[in-house]
Amino acid sequence: MIITRQKLIKEILSSLTGSKNIFLVGCAQCATLCKTGGEEELIKMEKELGAEGKTITGKSIIDPACHLIKVKQFFQKNKKGVLKSDAIVAMTCGDGVQSIADGTKDTSVKPALDSLFLGEIQRGGHFVQKCILCGECIIDKTGGICPVTICTKGLLNGPCGGSKNEKCEVDRERDCGWILIYKRLKDRGELDKMKNISDPQDYSKQIKPQKVVL
Amino acid sequence: MSLKRVLESKKFIVTTEAGPPKGTDISKMIEEARPLVGRVDAVNVTDIQSAVMRLGSLVGCHILKDIGIEPIFQLTCRDRNRLALQSDLLSAGVLGIENILILTGDHPLSGDHPQAKPVFDLDSVQLLQVVKKLTSGKDMADNQLDGKPNFCTGAVVNPSADQIEPELIKMEKKVKAGAEFFQTQAVYDIAKFEEFMKKARPFKVPIIAGVILLKSAKMAQYMNENVAGISVPDKLIREIDGAKDKHKKSIEIAARLIKELKPIARGVHIMPIGWERLIPELLDTMEV
Repeated sequence: MIITRQKLIKEILSSLTGSKNIFLVGCAQCATLCKTGGEEELIKMEKELGAEGKTITGKSIIDPACHLIKVKQFFQKNKKGVLKSDAIVAMTCGDGVQSIADGTKDTSVKPALDSLFLGEIQRGGHFVQKCILCGECIIDKTGGICPVTICTKGLLNGPCGGSKNEKCEVDRERDCGWILIYKRLKDRGELDKMKNISDPQDYSKQIKPQKVVL
Repeated sequence: MSLKRVLESKKFIVTTEAGPPKGTDISKMIEEARPLVGRVDAVNVTDIQSAVMRLGSLVGCHILKDIGIEPIFQLTCRDRNRLALQSDLLSAGVLGIENILILTGDHPLSGDHPQAKPVFDLDSVQLLQVVKKLTSGKDMADNQLDGKPNFCTGAVVNPSADQIEPELIKMEKKVKAGAEFFQTQAVYDIAKFEEFMKKARPFKVPIIAGVILLKSAKMAQYMNENVAGISVPDKLIREIDGAKDKHKKSIEIAARLIKELKPIARGVHIMPIGWERLIPELLDTMEV
């Protein structure tokens, strides 16, 4: 799931300078689960922007906002409301903002959220980054824990020597990723895997923008 | 004598370090380094130490070499990708800098430019392999080099890491990757260090023990709380705290640690952490 966080309201307002009539769009998937772009958040945003003198011309949730065809269909159906608006505020991830912009070419779209990471839902409202989408999964060698993500430095061959009390040198609250990997491998009797030298990552697999066509 | 020759000899090795300035005034660095000429086997030049932006280690090494000191070029994985790392290694080769110390490097978040993009394109084990490959005449993409450098390459290890087993696994990988010597994090607990040396013996690689000049009780407490693998015993903290002349006591403690380390380690690496001016006096005091 894409984890998002709402921008400060003053940042959103600053992107809306000169725009009076605003159309709000949320997303029924990730942003709803993150409580950044679901029904409740749209209502709250309507109130907050209303209090700042903006008129909300309409608000809707697309399922999902990253699906370009669904976005286009949505705006076909809601042409009137959108055409009355000076701007659309997208309470979606960065992809949603762009598919909305593609789907409504004439109206400017403002992002209300910052997209943070691909996250695991640990429980309601608790999201953790486990994978950075590097393009070459190696976790068979590391006990199913991704060092590229969980080690702050993304090291592939063991701990950096900076961990103290098994915590990372940059944040003493955060577990040292390589200690977690070491313990997992040791528990499984697979410590030998840690002794093999891992090759450098192939960053040509991460050249952006990426595209997949089935 | 080159560090390589010293490593091959039986001599007890003494190295220390110099930190390049934040700015272009190199006078203090030179002034502090001059008294070391002919007195230590080599001097490490730190690479943007603690991720605080400053003059580069390669230029620092060149300056030391010019005044007659054998430099050790510290190279971290933090700031350069594989193109820049290999290029700087070739530059070192051309400048006649033969000793390289490979480190991971502190994260930019620890330094004075926390917004910087952390690189870590290669890690320390992979970079050691790259150094070895360059000395064989090829770059890491297997392209032939026109002229190859000669290096004596070292790495670092933390003998008092909380979890010693993963530290030793990584050390073994570094040896396999081409590390010819090790310099360690500061040692204050001799018994613990001795235990580590026993475990590292099968790697058959020279280990140079780190010694940090203890400046005050406050510094000791800071290191105990914040620096990985350093635990200054209470007895030493009380000793430095009770001393009127901190410089004198600091030298006395360091000289005592060095004496105790002499039968155990291949040498010592003295880190003055701002008290560079005390090194000549420590060299006079210590019995090696």
